[in-house]
Amino acid sequence: MTAPEAAAAATAVLLSARGIGKAFVGVQALQDVSLELRAGEVLALIGENGAGKSTLMKILAGVHQPDAGNLHLDGQPIALPTPAAALAAGIALIHQELNLCDNLTVAGALFLGRELRRGPFLRQRAMDQAAVTALARVGLRVEPRRLVGSLAPGQKQLLEIARALHGQARVLIMDEPTSSLTPGETERLFAVVRELRAQGVGIVYITHRMAEVQALADRVVVLRDGRLVAEIDGREATPERMVAMMVGRQLRGDRRVGHAPGEPVLEVAGLRTMAWPAHGVDLRLRAGEVVGIAGLLGSGRSELLRALFGADQALAGDIVCAGTRLAAHGPAAAAAAGLVLVPEDRKLQGLVLGMNVRENLSLPTLRSRGAWLDHGYEQDLAARAIRELGIATPHQDQVAAALSGGNQQKIVLGKWLAAAPKVLLLDEPTRGVDVGARAEIYARLHELAGQGLAILFVSSELEEVLLLADRVVVMHEGRLTGELRREQMSEQAILALATGMEVA
Amino acid sequence: MKKVFGIAGLLFAVVVFTAVMSGQPDGSNTFLSAYNLENLAQRIGMFGILSVAAAFVIVTGGIDLSIGSVVCVAGCLLPWLLRDLGWSPFLALPAVLLLSAAIGLWHGLLVVGLRLQPFVVTLCGLLLYRGLMREFTKDQIMGFGDTAEGLRFLATGRVPVTDAFGIPVTAIALLVVAALTALLWNKTVAGRHLFATGRNEEAARFSGVATGRLTVLAYVACSLLAGFAGVLFVLYVNSAQASSAGSFYELYAIAGAVLGGVALRGGEGTVIGVLLGAALMQVLANAINLLGDSNRLEFAVVGAVILAGAAADEGVRRLFSRRR
Repeated sequence: MTAPEAAAAATAVLLSARGIGKAFVGVQALQDVSLELRAGEVLALIGENGAGKSTLMKILAGVHQPDAGNLHLDGQPIALPTPAAALAAGIALIHQELNLCDNLTVAGALFLGRELRRGPFLRQRAMDQAAVTALARVGLRVEPRRLVGSLAPGQKQLLEIARALHGQARVLIMDEPTSSLTPGETERLFAVVRELRAQGVGIVYITHRMAEVQALADRVVVLRDGRLVAEIDGREATPERMVAMMVGRQLRGDRRVGHAPGEPVLEVAGLRTMAWPAHGVDLRLRAGEVVGIAGLLGSGRSELLRALFGADQALAGDIVCAGTRLAAHGPAAAAAAGLVLVPEDRKLQGLVLGMNVRENLSLPTLRSRGAWLDHGYEQDLAARAIRELGIATPHQDQVAAALSGGNQQKIVLGKWLAAAPKVLLLDEPTRGVDVGARAEIYARLHELAGQGLAILFVSSELEEVLLLADRVVVMHEGRLTGELRREQMSEQAILALATGMEVA
Repeated sequence: MKKVFGIAGLLFAVVVFTAVMSGQPDGSNTFLSAYNLENLAQRIGMFGILSVAAAFVIVTGGIDLSIGSVVCVAGCLLPWLLRDLGWSPFLALPAVLLLSAAIGLWHGLLVVGLRLQPFVVTLCGLLLYRGLMREFTKDQIMGFGDTAEGLRFLATGRVPVTDAFGIPVTAIALLVVAALTALLWNKTVAGRHLFATGRNEEAARFSGVATGRLTVLAYVACSLLAGFAGVLFVLYVNSAQASSAGSFYELYAIAGAVLGGVALRGGEGTVIGVLLGAALMQVLANAINLLGDSNRLEFAVVGAVILAGAAADEGVRRLFSRRR
């Protein structure tokens, strides 16, 4: 290939979608969406939850069929009736929730569905050898015989990419690939994405995180309410501009003004958890105070919250919440003492997805109304929560599973606010929550703190910590390695403590 | 609710079909005769209680395979207490029910405390209790002699409606059990918590629901009702033999519940659906007896109907989800 040819190939349109429309019962998910993906570029696709990102991505990957419009690959019209057809055409979708079988070996997962074989027998050794090369392409250095289940989330993500590339994918669609990665793993992934771009792979990158768009994207397309509202050059994509385009209005992202904290409401001494049995945690929280816990994944932050709430049993330690001593307690006892948790995994721990909005909202507090169901109480509670938190739902009877992440999170928050807590624990309060709902949740938390609620939250997003917290405690390997007051808080200072570096 | 309409329609269709097919040349009808209907209602009463029992556990996402063996235990011990030990019925009946409930408590504690699989726990129960009963009774037929005359009213009694037809007491017993269960499931906080636990145990636990206690309670309710039905069965037949009493009844119970819309994954089901499902099982068995020359095909037809029902249900669901 000559230089001009290579240059032409690099800018050639790989995949194009024209006038795509898609409706689900009564809802127009996508309307007249057109976009082009060139070889060797990263196209960031952003938008709020429910804007149509995942529908569009599923149409590109053959999961859904468009009602209107058509797809072209290399300038030729193409139909993608099934995900297998898309894969065969070189379009691979990498799901947010990774689709790997934990019981397979790395090589087995890599070759799943296209195993090397001699007759009915597997050519195990040949696959192991080929796997090493395929893994090297994404910079993943693990034994081919290792079990997938033993890999870290970041390694699994790279394995998925290796799998897609191994299937000769030329178009990669990545759906929030960093949502479960550590900062280090994220950097690795970025390097791989840049490397693939240089090799001429076209990448559609879906994300909520503005920093990632700025770091990677050549072009940015913005979806809102099923329509493509903007397409801008990656270099011009500032967070403010992107957010404004996504929500169609300006957001208040003010850092809150701290209040004078009140009486101590939560006192923790020597709390030890299964995650880091050797280290105890001491903590004190005052009424109206918002404290963030920063730290890397695996530093024991979530375990700390779960032990406080009684979802896991602590190994040792003293917990006193608003005058009530909690020992060997369960969530019910914690809630009775005024200590509640909005858990990390909304779908598994936060909500009963198959139940409706009203039933979810009343679940923790129903019991306080006696043994019989109190329908009047339930309806009032649901109506109030929907109004005060701005939960976007057609009615109280809507199944929770049908709502967007942001609205689901508001339900989890609402069900615990109904219990009139003194201390609110939140684990990753806005994971998978779109920017609009995020701002609303922040505003509500500020308001609650102003009314004297003590808030203790864990977040992997430093922006969130800086925005919300009056005070940050940083955890490193099960220990609180430092504390920063508002005026001392900065990303650098937090990272230094989180990674165990001493700061002067 | 859609499922309930489906099963009601199916029941109606089978009833109409059987009624039409069982007309006799002389104008009488073997299916619609007062004698047959009364018998049918009696059986629906007893098997219906078993299906409600099974539903309690299935709603939590578990399963109870030992129902038939608990029927056997209750069926063998009641005659023994009355005839061999000479206990008063007022003592023997509560004792049998208490023992049944204790079996459920044991299951629940194994499932919740030791985190054993419900399938394993209750499969072992199925083998264990029947085996113990066979040894205990030396495989002898356990009869009442003349010690249960008054008590038999529970299983064979009837409330006359016309000269020929009366409502069997077992059917009334089922209606009482069903009404109480419906009250518990739909009107109480415990019922809401039970269904939340079945749908998502983790989320229920994180909401302060006492999921473990509720699960144990479901196993207790299941075995207690199975023991109660066992009492009715032995009073109905007037004797029990450990090698056969209640054999396969767990499958009738589970099939009735599942046919009635109780999802095996837990957290879904209605009492009315369970009643319809249990009724359909018995109507089918009755129809085969009346329309064929034997009941040899009974299992096959029941199996085929449940399979067809599940396939139709899945088909409708897919059609629905594809439209969205």
